Amino acid sequence: MADLLTFKHSRLPDRFERPGALHFVVYVALIAFVVWSFQGAGWSFSALVSGGPALADFLSRAWPPSLERLPQLSKALLETFQMALAGTLIGIVLSLPLAVLAAKGLTRPSLLSRAVYTSARLLIALFRTVPDLVWALVFVISVGLGPFAGTLAIAVDTVGFCGRFFAEAMEDVEKGPGEALTAAGAGRFDTIFCAVVPAAMPSFITTSLFALEKATRSSVVLGLVGAGGIGIELKVAMDFFDYQLAMTIILMIFVLVLCVERLGNLTRSRILEGASQ
Amino acid sequence: MAQPLLQSAGAVAPAVPASKPETNPICDLKVEGLCKSFGKDRNVLRGISFSVGREEAVALIGSNGAGKSTALRCALRLIEPEAGSVLLFGEDISAARQRQLRRVRAEVGFVFQKHNLVPRVSALTNVIHGNLGRAGGIRGWSQLLAATALRDRAMACLERVGLADQALKRADQLSGGQSQRVAIARALMQQPKMIVADEPVASLDPVAGQEVMDLFRQLTREEGITLLFTSHNVQQALAYSDRVLAIRQGEVVLDDSSSGLSAADLGKHYG
Repeated sequence: MADLLTFKHSRLPDRFERPGALHFVVYVALIAFVVWSFQGAGWSFSALVSGGPALADFLSRAWPPSLERLPQLSKALLETFQMALAGTLIGIVLSLPLAVLAAKGLTRPSLLSRAVYTSARLLIALFRTVPDLVWALVFVISVGLGPFAGTLAIAVDTVGFCGRFFAEAMEDVEKGPGEALTAAGAGRFDTIFCAVVPAAMPSFITTSLFALEKATRSSVVLGLVGAGGIGIELKVAMDFFDYQLAMTIILMIFVLVLCVERLGNLTRSRILEGASQ
Repeated sequence: MAQPLLQSAGAVAPAVPASKPETNPICDLKVEGLCKSFGKDRNVLRGISFSVGREEAVALIGSNGAGKSTALRCALRLIEPEAGSVLLFGEDISAARQRQLRRVRAEVGFVFQKHNLVPRVSALTNVIHGNLGRAGGIRGWSQLLAATALRDRAMACLERVGLADQALKRADQLSGGQSQRVAIARALMQQPKMIVADEPVASLDPVAGQEVMDLFRQLTREEGITLLFTSHNVQQALAYSDRVLAIRQGEVVLDDSSSGLSAADLGKHYG
């Protein structure tokens, strides 16, 4: 019995492979780039240390939070969440068909389907890579100041986020059920909606909940450029050095984001439990 | 006592099929010169030809990688063959367009080794999906949306496989045997002329496996459904078929009536 557990080879394998000369150069270059990036980002320990008292001063001036404008701020916070919710829902609805077009293997291989796939992927990439703040600026110009511009910005950002993850979720589902329906004579459209979408549904739901959390955080920032919500209140409070009011707004945002995240986590775990049964 | 899967693995059979048995002159499936390769050096099918007569039960045997599953999939063009022709119910589907292919496929119930049920939906919805080949669209997507007549028919199919009481249970909560029965019910929903089963009992325990095979026998005898199934279990292949085909390295090496064969004869085609 002991023999079975005794290692008989002449030499233990190395824990790490020694990098070749080229790999070594690449690693060194990467480390140098990271160090350089910190320099470029203006990283300064001295500024961090000297900024401590200023931060303490801000906190002392911001405390206790001012409750004077609580009703108006609550309304603005509600508007922020409404923007996030409406924008996310619109984004999710638009993501689904786009994701179907952007998922590999769902359509019959042809030149046209290849072109459609590439176009859908490019569109999703465009929506995802341009920051939501930029979309908000664009929509403020096109539809004017207010929550509608923010809602549209969130919707576009959600399409970029959900479109990609929905497409990947559909690419990853087990192919068997789809093959079974194809064998039974079902068309592509029926196969996608009967076999692929139900299998990808847990992933769709978790991605959508993440999108709502992300949108709630974003909707706060969008207000800074006039796209509605509580962000503009925060900007005004900071500009007028009304730090107690600013602290109230920050705490309200914190509670809102925390509530959405907790709700998201709860829903997600319920769904994942269901999926593993 | 469960029978061993293989009796023996003796000498290799000759590459030329043995004497052809009498088959039903009306062929539901006629495959000729089917070729398929995966990559440069993997010729899975090397011009195989075989036929399945109407209301006949045919077992397709062969070792792993012999080309059984590929042959079944190529026969329905779920995998595109590189050469050869396929006549399904007298229609040449070798170059058929999607619409024709879908119409012909709707008449063949395909039962897979791993059931291939849609996991997060009910057994009843899975059975209703069997009708998508005949009538696609949103009303065939779920039992929630289906017309009453369609639900009734799906329930009758579930009843036929003894699972009416599990209709609303999610497919991923069923046992292996129950899942395979739901897959058969889905095939029955197609009102098929023929059932093609790719190792339908390979993932089931012997009791559940026998139940599924008994169900197939019932269907072939009582409903007159043609059956083509693959199996590694030579006793089962003999017991549940009228004729046995053996494939080895992508070629048909045996095509004979089950009554004239023994498990030892079939065992030779493994190894």
